Amino acid sequence: MSTPQQPDPRADGMEPLPPVPAPPTGVESLADGEWHRLHPLTPLFKGGLVLIIVAGILLNSFRDRLIYWAVDLFAPDAHLGDLSTGDPVDWVFSNNLVLLVLGAVLGVLILLIAAFWLVWRFQQFRISDEHVEVRKGIIFRSQRRAPLDRVQGVNLTRPFPARLIGMAKLEVVGAGTDANVPLEYLTTAKAESVRADILRLASGARAARAARRSGAAPDAVGGPTTRRAQLVGSVNTAVSGLIEGVDLADVAPESVVKIPTGRLVGAQLLAGVLWLLMFMAIFGITMAISVPAILADGDPDAWIGVLILTLTVGIPMFIAALAITWAQISKSLRYSIAPTPDGVRITYGLFTTITETIPPGRIFAVEVSQSLLWRPFGWWSIKINRMSGKSVSQQQSSTAQQFNIVLPVGVAADVQRVLGLILPDLPGEDLPLVWDHGIQGPQQDGDDPYTVMATRAWWRRPLSWKRHGFAVTDFAMLLRRGIVWRKLAVFPLARLQGLSSQQGPIDRVQRVGYLKAHSVTGPILGDIVGIESGVVNASLDDIARRASAAVQRDHGHRWASDADDADAGTGAAVGHAFSTSFGGVSPDAPGSGDAASSQEPRES
Amino acid sequence: MTDSQMTPPPEPTGADRSQPDASAVLDQGTYEKLREPRGSGRLDLDGTWHQISPRYVTSQFIQYAITLAIIVVVVLVAVYALHQTWAWIPGGIVVLSILLTLVILPRQARAIGYMLREDDIVFRKGILWQRIIAVPYGRMQLVDITHGPLDRAFGVSQLKMVTAAATTGVQIPGLTQAAAESLRDTLIDVAETRRTGL
Repeated sequence: MSTPQQPDPRADGMEPLPPVPAPPTGVESLADGEWHRLHPLTPLFKGGLVLIIVAGILLNSFRDRLIYWAVDLFAPDAHLGDLSTGDPVDWVFSNNLVLLVLGAVLGVLILLIAAFWLVWRFQQFRISDEHVEVRKGIIFRSQRRAPLDRVQGVNLTRPFPARLIGMAKLEVVGAGTDANVPLEYLTTAKAESVRADILRLASGARAARAARRSGAAPDAVGGPTTRRAQLVGSVNTAVSGLIEGVDLADVAPESVVKIPTGRLVGAQLLAGVLWLLMFMAIFGITMAISVPAILADGDPDAWIGVLILTLTVGIPMFIAALAITWAQISKSLRYSIAPTPDGVRITYGLFTTITETIPPGRIFAVEVSQSLLWRPFGWWSIKINRMSGKSVSQQQSSTAQQFNIVLPVGVAADVQRVLGLILPDLPGEDLPLVWDHGIQGPQQDGDDPYTVMATRAWWRRPLSWKRHGFAVTDFAMLLRRGIVWRKLAVFPLARLQGLSSQQGPIDRVQRVGYLKAHSVTGPILGDIVGIESGVVNASLDDIARRASAAVQRDHGHRWASDADDADAGTGAAVGHAFSTSFGGVSPDAPGSGDAASSQEPRES
Repeated sequence: MTDSQMTPPPEPTGADRSQPDASAVLDQGTYEKLREPRGSGRLDLDGTWHQISPRYVTSQFIQYAITLAIIVVVVLVAVYALHQTWAWIPGGIVVLSILLTLVILPRQARAIGYMLREDDIVFRKGILWQRIIAVPYGRMQLVDITHGPLDRAFGVSQLKMVTAAATTGVQIPGLTQAAAESLRDTLIDVAETRRTGL
């Protein structure tokens, strides 16, 4: 017996649903509650290409048998004896069966195209004021409807072959396992307008603002240009997008954080060196075990075996290290993060460009970290916990890990600006906690506002026990951990899913406990060990009380409904104000002089 | 599943109440005294803990006894009929661990407790390894009540709360039927008034 609670957009009771935004006038909008079809070339990109290639290979390998069989079926009188000797194509010509063969090939082609057409025809989507809905399938029909106020983000992917002819795929990220709604493929202009529509509807923005935004939207959707001109134009934009980056037309350029290519490549190369070292260690162990075994026989030619082993084991590992590094580099090249009215927009990728939009209030935890190798350069990276809506198997893949990285590598100034973008509500008085005492802390002189491990429990974190600790404000719970891998995690209390404490027998003897902040599945864990048990007990009370107050203040899930009169660039303004004040708090932060270089794209 | 013991949910007294109604049904036929670790450095929280029904232990005992009997029979068959002497080893390990579980089960059951606070539900369990978790009402996505055939015979059920985080996993076993239903209705009721976002 179970009682699932249906997510009801009206259940929050704090704010009434805003009036339905008026459909934009003058521009053809797809968010009109009607069913729409995807781009007709969709099946080609969704695997049709692969199917055709596979069919070609199969045909090539089995053509003798196929022709044998077909001839047997349609022309039993033909001279089959000749077939086994020569080339079947010659045989077809010599027996005047060309028309028959061509007809058969044409028939198969027509069947395939008809099947593709049917699949395309039956796949439709619609965007109403409350839901986005997809239905597909001919025999096994499926229909998926996702409530817009639970949208966790919208991803726009421009895969390399498709972007050349101006197509992109859109993915509406839902909350839950395998809860995404994919819209593959649309023309880029349509995909962008659909994304804007979904975010606009999800934000609960008022009609006035909606109309203003849609007026500024590109009207390439219903443009009077010919198909050919569109194609030429899309190839041009695709190529220029490769050079300049995409999706930055509607944001203020000074608010965009970009990473210089050199730094990105350097940072990834450092990681690549680690991979190489790991592979070399594996290689060394393999050799150490196998070489004595080979040489033990005393065979004079044994060195050939050793050489072969070296090459067969060593080369693939070297290639693997290179491939991993290259994949990382190409994925995070041309990275930019920018505030938009509907959330933070992250763009990355060289050939396949992915644009993610994360609306406010969808980030469950943020972590700034720095490895030992990066310390001399003052580089940091930022990860977040968010709902991915992917299935379990997809969550294991490397693209999914990319999904949680907000800043692959940045200097201190970048970190401050990005934190300002993804945590716009962070109050000013918490800033020293985050930067001076948190990321940089503990300070040598003066008080440490963080509650650190009890000294007697130092052996649980033999290196970092002076740093390992937490702090609580009205906005967030901050966890400071690690000395080799310096980490600072911020768990906004308004989105804290739970708080737990644990204590084992040894802990009890030492009168310490373990505290854990619970968040959605992601790379950031909320564990803190070795805290005085009295503090743990008090925190469970204190944090719960602050969390409930934070929840009542927070309206992130309908982010625009109370900000309708503000400028379209609300997010930008907030983010900017934050980052300037942040910079003011710690003027001596390393690399803050780099701020100018991070604002301007410096591609070398 | 029809429930003759179904109790009407407590009436909500309005949005401004400070504490969700801890109806008397939650404490009917449960343990009286929470078993806590003795050390002075133990984890603790002020407030009234609700406990679970002693019938949970009985029900668990019978379930374990049945499992034990099946395992013993399987091992005996393997050893004497099939002459697989090695079966003693895994069989012995499993039997020993079940016996150990049975020994500590009554103590464990006494250490399970939950508390309904103003904004969250707190669940505790364990004596040697103690765990306390607080889950805000507004974060609850789902409340599940499950009971197996034997549980039903003893009138106990397990209540499970699901949030967006996979790790919170609060499962309260051994609630009386009436307590489970009442708790569920209370939780959903309170969650409705405090829900925002995810």
